[in-house]
Amino acid sequence: MIASIRKKKSKSAFDYMVYLLMLIVMLLSIAPMLHTLSVSLSAQAKAEAGLVSIFPRDITFQSYVSIFKDAAFFKAAWVSVERVVYTTAGSFLVTLLLAFPLSRDTRQFPLRNPFMWLLIFCMLFSGGLVPFYMIVNDLGLFDKMAALVLPGIVNVYNTILVINFFRSIPRELEESAGIDGANPWQMLFHIFLPLSMPVLATVSLFTIVGTWNEYLNGLLFIRDPGMMPLQTYLQSIFIQIDPSRMTSQEIIEASLVSNKTLNAAKIILSLVPIIAIYPFLQRYFIHGIMMGSVKE
Amino acid sequence: MRLSKNSYHYLLMLIPGLALLAVFSIAPMFGIIMAFQHFNPGKGMWHSPLVGFENFSYMFHNQASWQAIRNTLIISISKMVTGLIVPVVFALFLNEVRHMFFKRVVQTIVYLPHFLSWVIIAGIIKDILGANGLINVMLGHLGVHDPILFLGSNTWFRPILVVTDVWKEFGFSAIVYLAALTNINPSLYEAADIDGATRMQKIRYISLPGITTTVILLATLSLQGVLNAGFDQVFNLYNPVVEPTGDIIDTYVYRIGFEQVNYELGTAVGLFKSVISLLLIATAYKLASKFAGYRIF
Repeated sequence: MIASIRKKKSKSAFDYMVYLLMLIVMLLSIAPMLHTLSVSLSAQAKAEAGLVSIFPRDITFQSYVSIFKDAAFFKAAWVSVERVVYTTAGSFLVTLLLAFPLSRDTRQFPLRNPFMWLLIFCMLFSGGLVPFYMIVNDLGLFDKMAALVLPGIVNVYNTILVINFFRSIPRELEESAGIDGANPWQMLFHIFLPLSMPVLATVSLFTIVGTWNEYLNGLLFIRDPGMMPLQTYLQSIFIQIDPSRMTSQEIIEASLVSNKTLNAAKIILSLVPIIAIYPFLQRYFIHGIMMGSVKE
Repeated sequence: MRLSKNSYHYLLMLIPGLALLAVFSIAPMFGIIMAFQHFNPGKGMWHSPLVGFENFSYMFHNQASWQAIRNTLIISISKMVTGLIVPVVFALFLNEVRHMFFKRVVQTIVYLPHFLSWVIIAGIIKDILGANGLINVMLGHLGVHDPILFLGSNTWFRPILVVTDVWKEFGFSAIVYLAALTNINPSLYEAADIDGATRMQKIRYISLPGITTTVILLATLSLQGVLNAGFDQVFNLYNPVVEPTGDIIDTYVYRIGFEQVNYELGTAVGLFKSVISLLLIATAYKLASKFAGYRIF
């Protein structure tokens, strides 16, 4: 906007430098993904020989065809999809129910502040990975969907975003509903929920991306390969091909059996959901980061 | 204190969320008792014998702990500095792009890596930096014929962590600065035009001072992450060869806890980190609210 207010001038050398710099930055940001896409579409021999850079060589869809016969990959992807659906739905409802009472002032809800501090404390302090692992173990949640879903439902940071949004809703709206005799549930679901769609979309997108990308709980709590989420499954593959763990002889042997193109295709397929929601992410995430980070 | 009728509705609403927090956040906080125990699998985490500070004393006498603490500080401070400078410089130059469509395309592309998981990015990096990966093939063309095993080198590992972290996050971190730049009063630039200022002078004397408050605020807030050197990144990229330079507190906790199955020591190291982090967070917020009036809630 400011650019349009400023006087239009003909392009100077400075402009061309800026454009060139931005083109380079853009290329550096996207090049690793383009390279992976190219590898996934190249003939295996060319890829293993390191002949693929930004463009595919000897284009073939062979690696994608192979994945379609790979039951483990699709099983893992399905577990991830299920997990994202349950976590996002659960998080939507629980965050809403948590945020509403905490958005009241102390006159309306005298216990507001102690609960708020409890929430903040849970955000700032953690018992650590090992006790968390022991608790989930004690609950007998290993190899269950619940171990992948339940720990991800409450996110204090997202809850605070929703609380702040609720507090910005004009007082008059709830007062008039209060006069009409609405109880807190009706107030939440008939007035606050419809007005809060932008912030709820934002936190739901946070949850979708975070859950899709989460691999550690899968690594800690899932032993059954059929219950592994996609990122955990991919992690187990990439650990095996780590070239720096091997001697040079092992690297040569591994390159004969490893499957560069197949792994690249798996990476590309795992990015599909993120790319699919990327336009929405752009719109809401940036809004969200501004809501959370800089406030006067 | 008398509770209104509505208060009981409010308490009812809090139950699901508080129950989940109780199980997955608060119960593990009580689980730090393990840090003071000699863990006995038969008795479990609540009934194992207490040993006082033995685990902590073991931790502080252990070379690997100090190595992890040192690496954490070196890596996270390097990331903090580069992660502050690169997004600011990028935002200042992107702000000079007058062509709105081009500007939006650049933003769309540089934000993308932020949304990808470290598992995926580590997979890509391992491929690119591998013996027959893109970088070594390119070096080969430049006359370097022995492939460099970047991820197996204690010289290269930390720089790789810093560079890949900046690569992943700079675009997203720049959002805040770009927003601050749009809040600068345009008349400042017009006045500078009349005085015949060059573009670089306008960046130096108007844009940069205009976002200094934001830069200082974010620098202060980043203090709270000094002990977070990036578990997901290191965990997915490191290997035993680069432990001397790459092992951080979080990966150390994971290894002692789950690979050596020394639960009590893992808990102790984790607790040490949690307590110091809490102090850092309190300090960072205190400073941020004092100097910039920053409040999160």
